Amino acid sequence: MGLIYPRESALAHPSNSFEGYRSTAKRHPKRPLVILPHTLSEVTGPVYGHEIVRPEDADLTLQHAGEPLGERIIVSGRVLDEDGRPVPNTLLEVWQANAAGRYVHVADQHPAPLDPNFTGAGRVVTDDEGRYRFVTIRPGAYPWRNHHNAWRPAHIHFSLFGPSYLSRLVTQMYFPGDPLFPFDPIFNSVTDERARNRMVSRFDLDTTQPEWALGFVFDIVLRGRNATPMEEPHDD
Amino acid sequence: MTDGITPSQTVGPYFAYCLTPKDYDTREIFSADLTTPAIGGDRIRVVGQVLDGDGVGIGDAMIEIWQADPEGRYAHPADDRARGNSGFAGFGRAPTTPDGMYAFTTVKPGQVPGPNGKPQAPHIAVTVFARGMLKHLYTRIYFEDESANAADPILALVPDEEARRTLIARRLAGEAEPTYRFDIRLQGEGETVFFEA
Repeated sequence: MGLIYPRESALAHPSNSFEGYRSTAKRHPKRPLVILPHTLSEVTGPVYGHEIVRPEDADLTLQHAGEPLGERIIVSGRVLDEDGRPVPNTLLEVWQANAAGRYVHVADQHPAPLDPNFTGAGRVVTDDEGRYRFVTIRPGAYPWRNHHNAWRPAHIHFSLFGPSYLSRLVTQMYFPGDPLFPFDPIFNSVTDERARNRMVSRFDLDTTQPEWALGFVFDIVLRGRNATPMEEPHDD
Repeated sequence: MTDGITPSQTVGPYFAYCLTPKDYDTREIFSADLTTPAIGGDRIRVVGQVLDGDGVGIGDAMIEIWQADPEGRYAHPADDRARGNSGFAGFGRAPTTPDGMYAFTTVKPGQVPGPNGKPQAPHIAVTVFARGMLKHLYTRIYFEDESANAADPILALVPDEEARRTLIARRLAGEAEPTYRFDIRLQGEGETVFFEA
């Protein structure tokens, strides 16, 4: 079963030039992009699934001797194509700040404490129905130097491959009702409100585990549509 | 049906400990060396620098490459032609150094089918990620010593000679291993041709 990748779908993405996000100024092409036909080089892509992850990769609270500080959460959801069909056996890589809003990365100079029990990197693969689930702690907001008093809303970074080179996606998952949304140029670089809201997870009582952790659900839709439209059912 | 795809957001400055974690205690699952013990063909290195609009090297970028094997076969179900057992996956990922350099070790890809059954010249698909880029950019690496470039249907989409040259890696002289140089200029003079894929 082949997939096609309508170009209109990619209009949901932000433009690479977005004034409010200062670092885009010198890092976006000024020449028009060349429209690339979707050849075999594009409709194929890296295929990575269950063989590449270990069970402990999906629990970011178990990667060190002790438990990290912060609010324990369960993030789960489905990875779907544009038709709403599951994308099975596909790799998700996730990374985030700790509960204090500090990244392990050497370049992060935010004067908030590192947590010796938290790295903040995880990996998980979707099951046959496109479902994934990982356990972590809720990341903190953090300041950045984009403009005066700039703070990023709490978020978890996601990287996915999906079925081909064209479905590749790097995005950020946000938390519902974050008061920093109106002030964040990265979030608002997605100018369509409905598209923007697709980056916001929802709190979910069903996946919340009593006496243990809050559940947030984040479904991800990748580029790709069925090449052959569904046939009408036959009576014969 | 869905409401539409999930939009892209920047990879940000802090991805390394997850995506390219060589200097961290996270296990590394992807590397910049695509070769396998059983892969045949010509082993090559591809090196280059990622530069911003001021010509300054970008030290927090990530480059991913995707390519066919030396016979021009992709390790993917959409390529249904028979493939050897080399274990060659065709995917590599490299961070840039503080001055924006990246390097891959791989094999030269073969020709793959293109639009209307016309073969494409050997090429490597490239994806560029960095802080300050709200979505990744697509480009391609071709090789300067390939006569097939002249008939390549994708290169033909870039009629401007100078622009087309940004897609062609130069063979470096005097290297122990065949090495190609491919710089990626995000903006300004000599700006790399990027594709809307």
